[in-house]
Amino acid sequence: MTWKPKWTNRTEEPAEIEASDPALQQALGDFKASVRAWSDAAHNRPRTVQSIVVHRSWQLAAGWSLAAVLLAGTMSGGFYEHHQRVVASQIAAAHRAEQERQAAAQRAVDQAQQEDDVLASVDTDVSREVPSAMEPLAQLTDEGDSK
Amino acid sequence: MRASTPVMAACTILDPMTMATADEHAAQEFSSVVASHRPQIFRFLLASTRDVDLAETLTQECFLKAHRNWSSFRGDSSAMTWLMRIAINLQKDHWRNRRMQFWRQTRANSVDLDEASDWLPSGESSQETKLLARERVSQVWSAVERLSERQRTVFLLRYVEELELSEIAHTTGLSEGTVKAHLSRALARVRAELGGKR
Repeated sequence: MTWKPKWTNRTEEPAEIEASDPALQQALGDFKASVRAWSDAAHNRPRTVQSIVVHRSWQLAAGWSLAAVLLAGTMSGGFYEHHQRVVASQIAAAHRAEQERQAAAQRAVDQAQQEDDVLASVDTDVSREVPSAMEPLAQLTDEGDSK
Repeated sequence: MRASTPVMAACTILDPMTMATADEHAAQEFSSVVASHRPQIFRFLLASTRDVDLAETLTQECFLKAHRNWSSFRGDSSAMTWLMRIAINLQKDHWRNRRMQFWRQTRANSVDLDEASDWLPSGESSQETKLLARERVSQVWSAVERLSERQRTVFLLRYVEELELSEIAHTTGLSEGTVKAHLSRALARVRAELGGKR
């Protein structure tokens, strides 16, 4: 087993590493400058708001479309309602006319029946008051025979 | 800067006008913190994720979280340290989130190392110098890619954000010794990458 002095395991200080290697110093300097240049360019790049504008115009178009659909729906609903009312009133009027016609026919039938009844009763009454046509002659015949 | 907040809070109980003034003051204070620290937070998150959109999203989330907890910030550390800690936690949460595992595996929006290396220091003049600088930056990115999450965080805080070791320790919640160890390993890996291709 070989003995190793403690200092051989010592971690080299970062500053010592840098100082001992000019190429490393140069590379680190270049790296820092490169990152800073990239960061400055990225940080100061112009930001476009195209997507927001597109989004807004899309929203506007969708809003107008929705409004148009709602308006068309409302108007067509109104027209349909009006049409339904007209049809319903026409049906009701036809129904009323039919009822009136049926009532008038019924009234005519009733009136005819009433007139028939009146005429029948008159005939009956008159026929009771008039004597039999042969009755006086029969009486005369009876009186002559007895003489 | 925040030491007067409890006093102001005590005043607000008595006077609604003072309450409104204190709210306005806090809002102004937070706005100035956002304005001064936003680029740095974004840069750290960009270097960590190599994804511009993700870095912007996480930066927004970081400041949203900071705004919600601004009243509880007592000024024990600097605002920058506090914000950086929030950013590191958000970044960790993002990658650990199960819903984001797909993104963690594919890193679909992350730019590749070559593209990240295209950004060069502005001082490079000749074509040859540019090429060499690009090569060096690419090698460092390549080494950073292979670091552990903690090593990468410590490395970026030190060599991109230029924080002191004590600040890194405070931000990450590690001891200074641990920070040094992580940095040394990260540097060794970068040096190996540079040495291997030199």
